Amino acid sequence: MKYDMILDPTPGRKAFLLGNEAVVRGALEAGLSLASTYPGTPSSEIGNVLHAVAKKAGVYFEFSTNEKVAMEVAAAGAASGIRSMVFFKHVGLNVAADAFMSTAYVGVRGGLVVITADDPSMHSSQNEQDNRYYAQIAQMPMMEPSSPQEAKDMIKEAFEISEKLGLPVLFRMTTRVNHMRGVVEYGELVKGKPKGRFEKAPSRYVPVPSNARGMHIRLLKKMEEAEEMASTSHLNRVEGEGDVGIITSGAAYNYVADVVEEHGIRARVLKLGFTHPFPRARVREFLKGLKTVVVVEELEPYMEKELRAMAQVEGIDIRIHGKMDGHFPRHYEYTPEVVKRGLNSALGLNLPVGGVKVREITVPSRPPVLCPGCPHRATYYAIGAVLRAKKIRDETIFTTDIGCYTLGIQKPYEMADYLLCMGSSAGAACGFAKATDQPVMGFAGDSTFFHACIPALINAVHNRANMIFVVLDNRTTAMTGHQPHPGLPIDGLGDEAPALDIEKVVRGIGIEHVEVVDPYDIKETKAAFRRAVEHNGISVVITRRECALIMDARNRKAGIFRKYDVNQDMCTRCYNCVENFACPAFYRDEEGGVHINPYLCDGCGVCSQRDVCPFGAIEEVKKE
Amino acid sequence: MRPYGIVYAGVGGQGVLTASSIVGEAAIRRGLNVVMSEIHGMAQRGGSVVAEMRIGNARSSIVPEGEADVILGFEPVEAYRVAHKGGENTTVIMSTDPIIPFTVSVGKETYPPVEELVGALQEKFRVVTLSAVGLARKAGNLLTANVVMVGALTALPGFPLDREEMMEAVKVRVPPRFVEVNLKAFELGYEEVSRCL
Repeated sequence: MKYDMILDPTPGRKAFLLGNEAVVRGALEAGLSLASTYPGTPSSEIGNVLHAVAKKAGVYFEFSTNEKVAMEVAAAGAASGIRSMVFFKHVGLNVAADAFMSTAYVGVRGGLVVITADDPSMHSSQNEQDNRYYAQIAQMPMMEPSSPQEAKDMIKEAFEISEKLGLPVLFRMTTRVNHMRGVVEYGELVKGKPKGRFEKAPSRYVPVPSNARGMHIRLLKKMEEAEEMASTSHLNRVEGEGDVGIITSGAAYNYVADVVEEHGIRARVLKLGFTHPFPRARVREFLKGLKTVVVVEELEPYMEKELRAMAQVEGIDIRIHGKMDGHFPRHYEYTPEVVKRGLNSALGLNLPVGGVKVREITVPSRPPVLCPGCPHRATYYAIGAVLRAKKIRDETIFTTDIGCYTLGIQKPYEMADYLLCMGSSAGAACGFAKATDQPVMGFAGDSTFFHACIPALINAVHNRANMIFVVLDNRTTAMTGHQPHPGLPIDGLGDEAPALDIEKVVRGIGIEHVEVVDPYDIKETKAAFRRAVEHNGISVVITRRECALIMDARNRKAGIFRKYDVNQDMCTRCYNCVENFACPAFYRDEEGGVHINPYLCDGCGVCSQRDVCPFGAIEEVKKE
Repeated sequence: MRPYGIVYAGVGGQGVLTASSIVGEAAIRRGLNVVMSEIHGMAQRGGSVVAEMRIGNARSSIVPEGEADVILGFEPVEAYRVAHKGGENTTVIMSTDPIIPFTVSVGKETYPPVEELVGALQEKFRVVTLSAVGLARKAGNLLTANVVMVGALTALPGFPLDREEMMEAVKVRVPPRFVEVNLKAFELGYEEVSRCL
């Protein structure tokens, strides 16, 4: 099994682990009992590993419907006295925020670690919000690891601190740590309690106003205690000597440490791992004898502001450099180059930056595209044809959602006009239906449907929003790497589970015009959308066909290799296939002939239908 | 010791991350420190894939610009795309089999001649070219092209791991029934580069 090494009991073993894999190992060394998540990159592999090993490790693990539910499940686990962990990408914490805030008030009995995976540079996200501020809003202790080894060790520490304080701990990672691979030395595996027991204490667990007032005071007291712990924690350590100070954390520490060492910079580096509450006593000690200090941190000037505020309050006379005086950027992830440029600028150094310049040649891009065989392509193609025929293609507002179908923004599909977050396809569609007289069509995947679309669809029914809602049901959570969801007959532990039927759900909330079609059947799909367009009021079309990558993997295993090609005698070079269907397997030769790349073709055969090639020129390649 | 920097560049589906994990496995077995970044964006398939690795005393898993000892290009354009990682002592090993992006096949962009890319890289770096796909076919399985590249990398003077250590790591990292064909692919890549140098 792919993740067997995570369960290797041998202490001292060294493995080459991804940050996300190290997190799971750390939790298992800490006696984890319960874990929950909603998949989101860059945190996704934590869930993939747990999906594979949780049952064997005796841990309860679930893919929850959304991050808020995941947060509540884990909070209840911790309230029952068992060590619990919940994890999601940074924007997932926005979804979980309501529960997250109250968890700080009511506190925990068993340790609770909340992992946020931030995505500086937005490798796979809609924003690059800095979730360290969530620790401040909620008043929660926070840790920031810099490497897989640290992530593994710090998770154990986070559980300890959570239990000592009776508070959840925010564990803030970033893409470069989640997706960094490094040597991790194992400790002992510790078996968690299989079940907890909830001891009733309403004054503690129910934040009605009269209770909540006391809770807030207690929380502020606990944060004083937490600050003392942060100030004496070995996670906040000093390296090197010099008259210049550098305060840094997370991935930025790696670049600072390497640059300081490689270029022999005389600097005293304070590496912070326990970053909220800001360890003022530790920092005060560090600043002694320094005239200048530079803060190097990715994204927002969180530590820098804390430092500047502290210097002002305590009357510390020191030059502070960072983002707020323009030496370091406030956007995108850092690199060794960004750190060198910033140090050059802040300290007047002259560190060499950059490699050699190679002669400029224009090279083609490789933007992400819908895969060959993707059922979404067939859906977009069918809808485009119907709307063009009705002459409402350009007029229609297409709201989209988080998933592979954000790629619907690309030509020739262009069916992604508005996107905010998970579930916004449905909610924003309600708004556009009321705010304009334009036709409105929303798109969301099956996992996203369960995550956040249902309340918005109820809203649409109740408020009579005239819209078409399309569930692109590819039977998986595709973009994050094929995790199961409530519509599938498998749960987080890999056990058989009741699968919810999307059609029944939408009928159950009062939507009457509902159709389920196979998008691979273009003719039927077009007919369904024609009926939906003609229907007055809300209608739902569920286009159901499993993700092409799942089909491809199954076919490969079974030795099925279907391929299609263009019969040059029948092709009229109308280019409908290339220009409107636009599967990446099509290509044009220098004379203008159309061909199908056999390495890319996945044999779905949708392009061979007369609705794509009216001349029947696309044929299955016969095996010799 | 200055960390040894390798930048692996290719296209999703070429086995770039498997190749880099073989090198990481060998480094760990030798007791060397190794860090690596594997960042992949939204593309499930067909997008650019870059892995950066440093073997030795390094904390940052990003190879600083100018400090790549090797650029291991699984595809010509992708090798060119990471050229900014190269410095005065960089060797580029490039597989010359292009993978034409969709943007080119529909006529929106153009793919430059491979010789032109090689030429531009040769002006600044030592460049070794080979057809990983051709050698993989010779080994008996097209899917071993990535291990051809690992063999090619191993043959470079200055590469910190030796041939036997690398072959052990191949055995650990590929599925048992494909070990033999992968070892053959490794040998072919190794020999090809040894011959060129």
